[in-house]
Amino acid sequence: MNAKKKVIAMLLAGGQGSRLYALTQNVAKPAVPYGGKYRIIDFALSNCTNSGIDTVGVLTQYQPLVLNEYIGNGQPWDLDRMYGGVHVLSPFETKEGADWFQGTANAIYQNMRFIERYDPEYVIVLGGDHIYKMDYSKLVEFHEKNNSDGTIAVINVPMEEASRFGIMTCDAENRVVRFTEKPKEPESTLASMGIYCFTWQKLKKYLIENENANTGSKDFGKDIIPSMLKNKERLFAYTFDGYWKDVGTLDSLWEANMDLLSPSVPLDLYDPKWKIYARHNNMPPQYIGENAQIENSMITEGSNINGQVDFSVIFSGVTIEEGAVVDSSILMPGTVVKSGAVVEYAIVGENCVVESGAKIGARPETVDPEHKEDWGIAVVGHNVTVSGGAVVKPKEIISENV
Amino acid sequence: MSVNNNVLGLIFASLHDSTVIELTKHRTMGSIMFGGRYRLIDFPLSNMVNSGITQVGVITKSNYGSLLDHLGTGREWDLARKQGGLHLLPPFSQNVGEGVYRGRLEALSNVWSYVEHSKCEYVVLTDCDYVANLNFDRVIKQHKETEADITVVYGKYRYSEESGSCVDVLEMDEAGRVNAVLVDPAISGECNISLDMFVMKKDFLRKIVKDAVSKNQYSLVRDCLQPKVKEIKIMGYQFDGYFSRIDSVKHYYEANLALLKPENRDQLFKSGAPVYTKIGDNGPVKYGLEAKASNSLIADGCIIEGTVENSILFRGVKIGKGSVVKNCILMQNTNIGSGCSLTSVITDKNVTTEDGRVLTGSDSYPVYISKNAKL
Repeated sequence: MNAKKKVIAMLLAGGQGSRLYALTQNVAKPAVPYGGKYRIIDFALSNCTNSGIDTVGVLTQYQPLVLNEYIGNGQPWDLDRMYGGVHVLSPFETKEGADWFQGTANAIYQNMRFIERYDPEYVIVLGGDHIYKMDYSKLVEFHEKNNSDGTIAVINVPMEEASRFGIMTCDAENRVVRFTEKPKEPESTLASMGIYCFTWQKLKKYLIENENANTGSKDFGKDIIPSMLKNKERLFAYTFDGYWKDVGTLDSLWEANMDLLSPSVPLDLYDPKWKIYARHNNMPPQYIGENAQIENSMITEGSNINGQVDFSVIFSGVTIEEGAVVDSSILMPGTVVKSGAVVEYAIVGENCVVESGAKIGARPETVDPEHKEDWGIAVVGHNVTVSGGAVVKPKEIISENV
Repeated sequence: MSVNNNVLGLIFASLHDSTVIELTKHRTMGSIMFGGRYRLIDFPLSNMVNSGITQVGVITKSNYGSLLDHLGTGREWDLARKQGGLHLLPPFSQNVGEGVYRGRLEALSNVWSYVEHSKCEYVVLTDCDYVANLNFDRVIKQHKETEADITVVYGKYRYSEESGSCVDVLEMDEAGRVNAVLVDPAISGECNISLDMFVMKKDFLRKIVKDAVSKNQYSLVRDCLQPKVKEIKIMGYQFDGYFSRIDSVKHYYEANLALLKPENRDQLFKSGAPVYTKIGDNGPVKYGLEAKASNSLIADGCIIEGTVENSILFRGVKIGKGSVVKNCILMQNTNIGSGCSLTSVITDKNVTTEDGRVLTGSDSYPVYISKNAKL
């Protein structure tokens, strides 16, 4: 019998990320590239390791191939352990039949046996679609100190955006008195980050009750938290004040990448005490050519840059030929932008080829001010060739060769 | 990739340390940093792994702390294994008096029980002073076909007496059989020089090691290859790819800057044969608003606010606003303040300069700043 684990983490990574359209056609959202050399899930996994949590269940469902391969044995995150470590948990068949994960709570319910093997005191439930650096050990500490049954990490959001979130109303001791999903008239600005710490025995009881009640949604925000509140369980809000960004939409994914270029955004990827780990692909250092012009950008290993790059995030193994222009864009791994091509305000997926003379996206000021709604980030899915002379208009999303 | 599971790789990580004494003050040959994110041992080690050799012994000598730290369990080279994998072989033993070995054969005698117990028929020996991307599979194949006793890898090299020390020039007949091995000869011009990589059967190696030790001899070249060149069949294998030889600080400098040429880079970093190294988990390179970079090789984790030209930047180098770095090699975590000017400078790890410092070397005599120096 192995020693019990005090805390284990369950990472919900099954979401389709349908609002990322072409970028999640064949990959789960947590496996979408972010920040030059990462994938979204690297942040949650690295946070676990940096917080001293060595046992993580990753619940996958939608298009898990890339994600499974990426996580592998967890070694890049130091999560290859003799006992514990990272485990990819897919839906499975039992004597009663086979079920897909129906909601966030149901996904955890179906994997209760995994959790029980470690006999944890606390279970942390995480999403796989946010960019943030958080010390979960402080969340656990707060949870213990308050003798809490469930602690919800919250972040202060601007009042005008509060109605997009699950909003907590708390008393002076941070105890949650009310929780409203997407309120029309928010009572507070404390938004749930979808990060929870539960006392496992308590959560287990509610998961089973919720499953038996068969509400249909089987969701933490819609079912578990409301019923715990109704029963006057001790729920507390833990306020997080660092950088936190949902990358669930194309605009927010673009913005979250651009945030890395802003000196005023407090997301430091260079802090040796809180490294963000990623699976590495053994590429040589980037080569910057004689005629390259690079300003305010991030560029990753294996890239070969000879063109002009401004305000952009360039992933590993990208080639930008002389005479190509890349501005305010994100180029994912392995993409080639040939001489004379222009990429502006765009996200270009992995292993794309942008031929000479192609044009992707446009600056916002080029759009008729009367029709501002016509402008948006142009998006090219993975493995797409944009041929010479082809134009991908602002706001357009393509996933086939043009 | 072929399976060479009957081949043992042996890397001498600490030979030739004295040729680059500045760089080996804190480390040994194999752990000298090269090419922005590598150490010299990464090249022979990756060559072995890419040739399907999955059991490798690394023979150390002195100053090997950084080497141990770099290699760890061998995981980054996929050599953390139950069967074979990476073995670090410290230099001391009962076999040869006291102290450390004097040459390859004596070193091998020290670690012979490891070699003996390795499941292998063939042995590949290499040093760390040549940088090349080379597939040993072809060398082994030729070795078998020619039924040689020893196959030595050689390359064409413009040699002169100033080429540094311990250059082994090979003279061969038309069939490629070596009939003379000359150490640092007084000649100049294009020569076939040994790349210090050898293939032979384990049984043969055992014989020459035992023979040498019995006569208090220790050098593979001087005590075996040279005197026995007629007696044993030594065949040359010509490597016609790109290689560089690290035998002086000047050559180290030139070999690094040679990577700015795409034809050299393409031969050293091939897509099918990657060069593995310890992962640093650094962020991408960040270029600031006033950054200018051209013709440079830049590793992850660098933050560039100034100007970089014709330079190699290792991981985590910071260049402040208004600073100009030209023809330089800046090793890991070098931190250049703002308004500095560096030309033809090699900084070792963790060098920091205050704002406004000016350092100028020349191409033929680069300035070397030692590890942890604060200017």
